[in-house]
Amino acid sequence: MALRSASKTPRLLQVLNFLSLALLLAATWMVFFYAPREAVMGEVQRVFYFHVAAGWIGMVAFIAAAVAGVLYLIRPNKKWDIFSVAAVELGLVYSFVNIAAGSIWARPIWNTWWTWDPRLVTASVMELTFLAYLMLRQAIEDPERRARFGAIYAILGSLTVPLTYMSIRIWRTIHPVVIGSGDPGAKGTFAMTQPMLVTLMVSLLTFTVFGITLLWHRVRLGWQADKVEELHIKVMGM
Amino acid sequence: MIGYLTAVFAILRKDLAVEWRSRQLLAGMLIFTLLVILIFNFALELDARVRSEVSAGVLWATFAFAGTLGLNRSMAFEKDGHALDGLLLAPVDRSAIYLGKALANLLFILAVALFILPIYSILYNVNLLNLGFLLVVLLGSWGYVSIGTLLATMSVQARSRELLLPVLLFPVLIPVLIAAVRASSFFLQGLDSSYIWPSLNLLIAYGIIMPTLATLFFDYIVEE
Repeated sequence: MALRSASKTPRLLQVLNFLSLALLLAATWMVFFYAPREAVMGEVQRVFYFHVAAGWIGMVAFIAAAVAGVLYLIRPNKKWDIFSVAAVELGLVYSFVNIAAGSIWARPIWNTWWTWDPRLVTASVMELTFLAYLMLRQAIEDPERRARFGAIYAILGSLTVPLTYMSIRIWRTIHPVVIGSGDPGAKGTFAMTQPMLVTLMVSLLTFTVFGITLLWHRVRLGWQADKVEELHIKVMGM
Repeated sequence: MIGYLTAVFAILRKDLAVEWRSRQLLAGMLIFTLLVILIFNFALELDARVRSEVSAGVLWATFAFAGTLGLNRSMAFEKDGHALDGLLLAPVDRSAIYLGKALANLLFILAVALFILPIYSILYNVNLLNLGFLLVVLLGSWGYVSIGTLLATMSVQARSRELLLPVLLFPVLIPVLIAAVRASSFFLQGLDSSYIWPSLNLLIAYGIIMPTLATLFFDYIVEE
């Protein structure tokens, strides 16, 4: 299959490498020079584009990990397990970028790095859940059982994703909802102009393409790690 | 259906009998809860003004910590004596094992609550004898054990299992704990009922979704 690691990097992946780089440069340029300066918040509002993009793709990655978990439980096949770990790791990195970027924005706008708002709580719970997923995997030696338990925990953990997504839409919160209508008490809301929307869309596209590229690399690494583990078991078993 | 329920109650009776003969688990949990409350007393300086607001939080944190002791042990002794293998040989649906274990764990945590609530009431002069609050204790404990039993079955088969259980359990448990603390403090402070419903709904939903998922997954977890 295409995702299985070969000795040579597949052509499409090489293209994705370059495309990711180009898009990252373009998106960064757009964030700083194309998107207008927001009237009230000033320059710090530019954090918004990557903050939203990373948050979105992070959540998508966690959901993808859970879907792979379901597929694994239906028909145990190593590829779903390898995909699941890769997606969780990607989700962890993206969600962390999301939280860190949000924190940088919150310092001048909310006048604090952190506050125990429902959105911030649910986002950090989501992050912790999938860190626990990695700990669980580390604690199990048998690869088949590790995959089974991982699949189940990823499915349970994915329940935190809709909770995080919905948190700013159901509870009272100070976190702004830029797309759609949010809590009137939110601090830092603004109306997007056309260039802002375009920049956001390009950022989303960039993070999606970059995410797919990273995921693919991570899946290839997963196959190699699997091979090493198999050899290890073979040697130890003798 | 009758056979299934018989199996569930057989497991429940077995766990209660084991505990009745050793009394190790409950004794440990009870002493532990007293110690946790003692620690909270000094950590939070529970004077009259503060304690009416933090009682719910202190009690739920205590239940959550004490509960992991019970969950760890309830699966560990099955695993260590290879009793789990015997249980799995029984010609019943495996989810019956899960339900029986979960009910036993529920009774243990409720026993801890029954023990600690009067003591807390006396020590801090807070009236905890409130029907709504007791209902929240029941719902919250059920949510707790329904997921806890599943994850304990998982962690007991891994390395460093006593360490792993709380790490796996608490992130997934936070919605229950938040809802339980909110609902409890509303009942204890007698606030407007419109605030209670979102928390109660969350507790009820969790108490239905988690056991359902757990009965589906349990088979995969004990599979050899």
